[in-house]
Amino acid sequence: MMDHSSQILILFAHPRFEMSRINRALLNMVRQLPGVTLHDLYERYPDFNIDIEREKQLLVAHRVIVWQHPFYMYGAPALLKQWIDLVLEYGWAHGRDGDFLKDKIVFNALTSGGTREVYSPGGYNRFTVREFLVPFEQTATLCKMVYLPPFAVQGTHLLTEAQLAFHASLYRTLLARLSQGDFRIDTMRRFPFLNDWLLHEPGAQTS
Amino acid sequence: MNHSFLQDALIYLGAAILFVPIAKRLGMGSVLGYLLAGIAIGPFFLGLVGGEGKDLMHFAEFGVVLMLFLIGLELEPAHFWEMRRLILGSGAAQMGFTTLLFFALFIQIGFDWRAALAVGFALSMSSTAIVLQTLREKGLAQTQSGKSAFAVLLFQDISVIPILAVLPLLAIATAKATEGEPITFIGGLPGWAQTLALLCAVGVVILSGRFVIVPFLRFIARIHLRELLTASALFIVMAAAYLMELVGLSPALGTFLAGVVLANSEYRHELESDIEPFKGILLGLFFISVGASINFALILDRPLMIIALLGGVIAIKSAVLLLTGTLTRLKFDQNLLFTFSLAQVGEFAFVLFSFMHQLHIVSAQWTDTLMGVTAISMTATPLLLLINERLILPRFGTPERVEKAADAIDLQHPVILAGFGPFGSTVGRFLRANGIEATILDNDSDRVDMLRKMGFKVFYGDATRVDILKAAGADQAKILIAAIGSPEINKELVDKAQQLFPHLEIMVRAENRFDAYEFMDMGLKDIYRETLDTSVRLGIDVLFKLGFRRYSATRAGQNFIKYDEAAMRQLVTHRHDESIYIFNVKEQIRLEEQLLTNDREADPTLNDHAWDSDRFVKPSTDGPAK
Repeated sequence: MMDHSSQILILFAHPRFEMSRINRALLNMVRQLPGVTLHDLYERYPDFNIDIEREKQLLVAHRVIVWQHPFYMYGAPALLKQWIDLVLEYGWAHGRDGDFLKDKIVFNALTSGGTREVYSPGGYNRFTVREFLVPFEQTATLCKMVYLPPFAVQGTHLLTEAQLAFHASLYRTLLARLSQGDFRIDTMRRFPFLNDWLLHEPGAQTS
Repeated sequence: MNHSFLQDALIYLGAAILFVPIAKRLGMGSVLGYLLAGIAIGPFFLGLVGGEGKDLMHFAEFGVVLMLFLIGLELEPAHFWEMRRLILGSGAAQMGFTTLLFFALFIQIGFDWRAALAVGFALSMSSTAIVLQTLREKGLAQTQSGKSAFAVLLFQDISVIPILAVLPLLAIATAKATEGEPITFIGGLPGWAQTLALLCAVGVVILSGRFVIVPFLRFIARIHLRELLTASALFIVMAAAYLMELVGLSPALGTFLAGVVLANSEYRHELESDIEPFKGILLGLFFISVGASINFALILDRPLMIIALLGGVIAIKSAVLLLTGTLTRLKFDQNLLFTFSLAQVGEFAFVLFSFMHQLHIVSAQWTDTLMGVTAISMTATPLLLLINERLILPRFGTPERVEKAADAIDLQHPVILAGFGPFGSTVGRFLRANGIEATILDNDSDRVDMLRKMGFKVFYGDATRVDILKAAGADQAKILIAAIGSPEINKELVDKAQQLFPHLEIMVRAENRFDAYEFMDMGLKDIYRETLDTSVRLGIDVLFKLGFRRYSATRAGQNFIKYDEAAMRQLVTHRHDESIYIFNVKEQIRLEEQLLTNDREADPTLNDHAWDSDRFVKPSTDGPAK
């Protein structure tokens, strides 16, 4: 079942996936990419009863981990938090001998209804997205992982079909470059969002 | 003919194996198959068995004996008490009116009043063997008509005791009573003494059941030898039968009584599972011998008379049954089913007629004629039911199909739900609450009428019939939910659907683990044990009441279900082939034991250290406590 050539594991958490245009568009674009494993957490664990052993095996088998989720109340939906609490065990992911995830790349791919402008010190939500993601960042650091800036599609309620397609193809480019090793971490870290990095540095291939 | 035992056995078993599957395939039920097999090998057609057909009938009557023992076993006094009004009401009405009408009829024909009364009693009997087997096969035992039929049959079976006791009294006035050789050791006694002896024998069976047999079984059970318990079960049945035969009573009644006495003992299920296979095969033999003993020569000799008698008997019985059904407020289709299923003359009539013959109440020729009529009427029952099911009910009863509103609507029913009992109805309501209208198949006409009034799309009839499945849209549907209460019928449905509609995804209700094993053997993946989730839920609540946190208890429950289903997939390969018998209680206990041993070895909650902060024994500097 598991593909050993797999590079990227998308841990997708959306309790109402059937209602989400943007997540459907994003996933349809990347579903068939070689080296990408899509793991739909709410589909797999509707009872929140996470199979920890299986999750660990998946993590070990991949090099890049994506937490893809909508931004709910400035964080991830409950099942992704449950996943983090249960799977990233002491003695395995962190702590003594806990270096199974060492040097793996991880980032959030999130969608939010509010635009980038409302997530700013002067905006309605007062903090930036990156600030809201601090717990994820520190969790990744605790697990000796490499945390990248988020990929975010914002203002989702207002997106036209063309814009949906644009963001989806950007996401596809991101995952393709990650799996081909066409990136430099220090460059990526200079941007607040991976979206900006992609637009600024189109990279070797265009899609 | 000089057949050896092996030859005979081959002929009988071969005929059964040949005819019964054909009859089942044609939707006629196994009873008709056995009867046809008997007719075919009987002296009139192939002549493979000849004069010994009667002897065999005596042997095979033991099947009836075993069946009555099992009926008795199922009759816990509490259950009996619950049904008392139905049994006494409809039973007495049926017996009373039928006997009275036959009495009048045979007086008209020119019988002596005693003979007419005796014949009336005999003809009012219906066949417990045929009716129960047929109703069970069709899954109708739990419907209103099934329950009424059972009540009437029970009343008849019980009333054979007083009838047999009364018959010698009817013979007193007939001068020739003691002319024949006394067959039983009390045969030579005067009528009143015979009656007294009968009552004594009944008393012996009841008392020994209570004070001898149960301690005896306890002793045997402690030895832990399965075959010894089977032997004891057969011994008890035969002993009761022999005692009754000794005093000239029907052996079937003796064992029935023994069964009732043992119904409350702790060995009830053990006995049931031991006797069940013997009963099945002997009952089959009994039906074959009924078919073989039909005297076609006599029928050809006096065809009009036999036909007239047969028609009259069935007409009178049906009329009374219809009336009884109306009095007990059966709905029209249920009443028709009740009427046609009980319209034959039963196997006890054979016993009564031969007894009357011994007592010289009725002449030899009349005995032969009436026995012939009895056998033919039994053969006719499955046919009558078939006619009722295919010709009468579709026209006058609850129609099998619903009016088709529009073809477009049909396509929106991707789910067929077979069986709308307590299980299926919950599934159906849940689906409906989520906007999925399943097409429902059910064979309880009362329920079907109610559901149609509620706006459900319901097909009435036997879900294992291909035409009904087709009409319900099995060709276009996506999912078939097999939720019929009877595991046998459910299996038959799954089997048919797998063969004829391979595109259907079948999701099946399993009564228990053993049922589920069989469905796994049939290659099904979506198997739902009806008790698993409920019992685990109860267990979760127990943990909660004992002070566990609700969420931890719920997690433990979820893990247990996961573990249990994995254990099932593992155990399915380990079970014996003989567990095909659902009644094989011993095998079930063996598997249960294996399961419990596994549980001890692999504690399903052992590896759950979610949110477990005890493992941070030494406070670490590199992370917060979880």
